[in-house]
Amino acid sequence: MSRESWEELIFGRILRWIGIVFFFVICAFPLYYMIMLSFTDIQVLLTNPSRLLPDLGSIWPPKSYIDVLAPIDKGGQGFMVFIRNSFMVAVVTTAITMVVCIMAAYAATRLKFRGKGAVNWGLILVYMVPAIVLAIPLFVIYSQTGLRSTVPKRLVALTIVYLTATLPVAIYMLRGYFATIPVDMEEAAMIDGCSRLQTVWKIVIPLSVPAIAAAALYVFMIAWNEYLYALLFLLDNPNSWTLSLGVNQLDSQEVPRTMLMAGSVIITLPVVVLFIAFERYLVGGLTAGGVKG
Amino acid sequence: MTASTESIPAAKSKGTIAQQEQRLAYKLLAIPIIILIALILFPFLWNIVLSFQSLRLIDLTNLSISDLGFTLDNYARVLGARGFGELLRTTVVYAVFGTILPIVMGLVAALLARDAFPGRQLFRGVMLFPYIAPIVAVTLVWKTMLNAQYGIVNVWLQNIFGMQPISFLSTRSMPVSILGLEIQLPVALTMVILFQGWRYFPFAFLFYLARLQALPEDLYEAGKIDGATLTQRFFKITLPQLGAVTAALFLLRFIWTFNKFDDIFLLTGGAAGTNIITVQIYNYLFGLSNVGAASALSMVLAAILAVLLFIYFRWFYIEEE
Repeated sequence: MSRESWEELIFGRILRWIGIVFFFVICAFPLYYMIMLSFTDIQVLLTNPSRLLPDLGSIWPPKSYIDVLAPIDKGGQGFMVFIRNSFMVAVVTTAITMVVCIMAAYAATRLKFRGKGAVNWGLILVYMVPAIVLAIPLFVIYSQTGLRSTVPKRLVALTIVYLTATLPVAIYMLRGYFATIPVDMEEAAMIDGCSRLQTVWKIVIPLSVPAIAAAALYVFMIAWNEYLYALLFLLDNPNSWTLSLGVNQLDSQEVPRTMLMAGSVIITLPVVVLFIAFERYLVGGLTAGGVKG
Repeated sequence: MTASTESIPAAKSKGTIAQQEQRLAYKLLAIPIIILIALILFPFLWNIVLSFQSLRLIDLTNLSISDLGFTLDNYARVLGARGFGELLRTTVVYAVFGTILPIVMGLVAALLARDAFPGRQLFRGVMLFPYIAPIVAVTLVWKTMLNAQYGIVNVWLQNIFGMQPISFLSTRSMPVSILGLEIQLPVALTMVILFQGWRYFPFAFLFYLARLQALPEDLYEAGKIDGATLTQRFFKITLPQLGAVTAALFLLRFIWTFNKFDDIFLLTGGAAGTNIITVQIYNYLFGLSNVGAASALSMVLAAILAVLLFIYFRWFYIEEE
């Protein structure tokens, strides 16, 4: 057997398939385990922790989900409130970010102005500022303002703070895409009498739907997944908790693991659904923006 | 005569178009720039001021500008703390290995997925799950899997190797013999690094996959004709083409891992030899209610980061231009 065919067999076939299975298992198994436990009764888990198949007897009704979602006064964990908070914060953050960033990213790529270099450098720099460094002064400022008085004000404060993370990412992703749109089309539109803003509306935005979708979904995911600021800003009032904070706060109490897994599934589900629906756009967007994580 | 009268208005209107363009650019950029100055630059400067204050958490409610003083105590306290050496060492070990592991895993996964195989589309989608899933959900799953009583990892280790259950995330170190050599394995730190590998390899995977698929096929044809074997083609053709991607990935991921708070905070809370600077900042703020010390330590983190960023931009952005 020649060295080439020997290597082809070892690396090209045997090791390759072992590797593919390995990576598939390490990625898919935790997801499966999480879903499986969320439908398992805690007693079943404790008496037989090695089981890998769901216990058909306890799948329906899904007790963990019912407990987690039921309001607190009915003995549940009140997750509906957290879901509502998370959705509001994530949707509003996404909307503001996209409106601001489409225009800003267009200006930063296409328009000529003094200080363009400085603006672009500044955007890269803010992309690198660690959240923990901003967390303390933002927390101090937040503590001094009246923003922590009511739940809506708290969520507004959180949304504003999330913009520090989402604006640079969205501008960065969109900028990269706008640069690839041929200038000729915009010039043609302007010769036909369109103003700049009309050109953006009629030419640039329709051509950039994939990039805008990718950026919007990443922004949504950042706001949806965020933990640190939610912890700092919301902890002392459970009515204001987001899902990330609410799910993790369950962990410190005497709550069955299976319920924690149900909470984890609830928080993961929207992200995975969005991702599957838009995977085509997202994969390209991820490498283009070098999305922070 | 006609030529000159025509050229003057043309030049003039060109000038105003340029000015209009500039004004429009400023208008469009104003909102994000104001937001970023108000929420990043201003807080950052305020953090510098805070790091020189003697400030407790309870003082915050009625803090006024007139109370501001100047003290270096916070820096002295933070840098002179007994555990600072270990804190720095843990942070560096975590950042270095937590950067290398996902990159290596990402490269391997990209090499596996480079050529088509049945189910590759599904494979690529599943590969991204660790990266896109909410951090709280995946740390809870890891904690459950690694649990000493009913965690599936311990159950398997027990059933297959007859091992005693280990509480992976709260054991500082345990003796392990490798080839007859007894060493102390830092268990919890190894686990949080493995977590980094698992969570962030998809990021490297996508970058490497994009790069690998852009490599010209004829290079490999030429290599084959010249009799280069599979491993030779990898080391002589593929690897040299991945230098720039690897260097960029390394620095980006290093900076982000260095600043990472959530992962360790959620997995171990900084216990069992996994305390890193970002978690310690949180401990100063809420554990010890010492706002000044927390600010000072975050400035130390920012200073280290600034050096790293300087290196990053020196290497890449200047090289690219």
